[in-house]
Amino acid sequence: MRVSQLPLSAGASFKPEHFAAISAAPQPLGFFEVHAENYMGGGGPPHAQLGFLREHYALSLHGVGLNIGSTEPLDRAHLARLKELCDRYQPECFSEHLAWSSHGGIFFNDLLPLPYTEANLTSVIDHVDEVQSTLGRRLLLENPATYVCFQQSTIPETEFLAAIARATGCGLLLDVNNVFVAARNHATSASAYLEAFPLDLVGEIHLAGHFETIDGEGSPLCIDAHGTPVVEDVFALFDSVIASTGPFPTLIEWDNDVPDWPVLRAEALAAQERLDRVRLVRAAPAAA
Amino acid sequence: MAMQKCQSDFARAVRSPDWAVPHGVTSHNSDAPRERFAVYRNNVMVGLVSALEARFPATRKIVGKDFFKGAAKLFAAMQPPRSPLMMFYGDEFPSFLADFEPAREVPYLPGVARLEAARTRAYHAVDAKPLTPAALSGSLADALAGMRFILHPSVEIVASDYPVVTIWAMNSGENDLAPVTDWRGEDALVSRPRFDVEVRRLPPGGKTFLQNLAAKSPLGEAAAAALAGNPSFDLAANLAALFAGLAIEMTNQPNEAPLP
Repeated sequence: MRVSQLPLSAGASFKPEHFAAISAAPQPLGFFEVHAENYMGGGGPPHAQLGFLREHYALSLHGVGLNIGSTEPLDRAHLARLKELCDRYQPECFSEHLAWSSHGGIFFNDLLPLPYTEANLTSVIDHVDEVQSTLGRRLLLENPATYVCFQQSTIPETEFLAAIARATGCGLLLDVNNVFVAARNHATSASAYLEAFPLDLVGEIHLAGHFETIDGEGSPLCIDAHGTPVVEDVFALFDSVIASTGPFPTLIEWDNDVPDWPVLRAEALAAQERLDRVRLVRAAPAAA
Repeated sequence: MAMQKCQSDFARAVRSPDWAVPHGVTSHNSDAPRERFAVYRNNVMVGLVSALEARFPATRKIVGKDFFKGAAKLFAAMQPPRSPLMMFYGDEFPSFLADFEPAREVPYLPGVARLEAARTRAYHAVDAKPLTPAALSGSLADALAGMRFILHPSVEIVASDYPVVTIWAMNSGENDLAPVTDWRGEDALVSRPRFDVEVRRLPPGGKTFLQNLAAKSPLGEAAAAALAGNPSFDLAANLAALFAGLAIEMTNQPNEAPLP
């Protein structure tokens, strides 16, 4: 069974400044993805635009404020807003992050990391269970881009994610840029991470741009900034994943310094070409 | 308990630029990776400041981007968001500016900021179909005075002792920058009939008139209250402003009892 209902093709983050261009003509993309929190107002242009996307394309809702990695209870009011949004727009996919973003009543507006311990595993499993039973749908959980590690961590991230999926039945969102960024930041191997990743549980792939600087010790430090094109190394990792699994619903994320629509669209079409290529290769007879 | 403490330590340190890296936070090349932890500090602060910059562009233009950034950082440190709905972050920013000593020499600044905050709320307000003058003209003239109105969900009145509508219009690209020749207080009617947020200057007495309508007073009583407060109140001009802003959703029956 497919892990998500999104089409096995490329999609793009939706930005309101692109609405006029997107709505002017049919776009050759499989789906659009929006940040759920931006559509939790009462009405106005955000809902009119989301309604248009819903009508014409497959839709992915991506949450950034559910606080699944928190040691505190989930915000029930926020979860209720999310349910209302899912019920209203019936997205093909809902995803969130293995991270926390609120603590002590303060919202940090960022995806913050957690140690991978048995105690945190239990609380994340409880949270994913609660989200899925409230929404009445499967969640995809995304691997994070991280800049630090925790001494307390005892479980590798890939095992941590697999254990959550096993316990809750949730799927995974594989962000290949996050894999690249985290591997570079922790001086580990992105390919080894992907080999250990439970690809059979993946329902969507994210690709995005990052930039590289150096830390206080002179080591490379990659920042997951979503403000530039996808780098070739990340596309190469993406190619290696889909070569072994076949195509996935694949999103190009671009959240900062957002370019004109044709630039973002071209980036999504570049991902589509790679999906098409792998589909052809896999369909070809083995002994040509 | 250990994991709760780990997260609260992280949360506190992220908001405190001068604190040490929390115990247990490491990297492959350091036991206290200050620059790496600073990525989170920076993400949080830049994210909040950017949200305020996006919501208050005219306010920012008036004081300049460096001054604005300084004020926004201070506000973000003192009043961080309490909800993941970032589009509403900064509802309290105008009051913060009103008490912000360095902004005192721009006394109209909080008013412009209140106008911009109201515009965001109007943008996200629930949808409703505005009442048109044509639909109303079917009503009998003598029934008009007893008629009660429901204001459109997007409507807000921003009252100010300064010409905030004029200043806002000049700093938001609506009008060209020019000296303000008629320096007097202005009250704004903010509304969003369909997709575009509109800002109008209310005629004299308009604030009292609208506040009375919002409190479900019949039209005649609202007009009388406005006239009592301001002898130059002009009912026709005020109705015209309301309809131009399509600020009325629908009417109640004239004989309906007032809401408790």
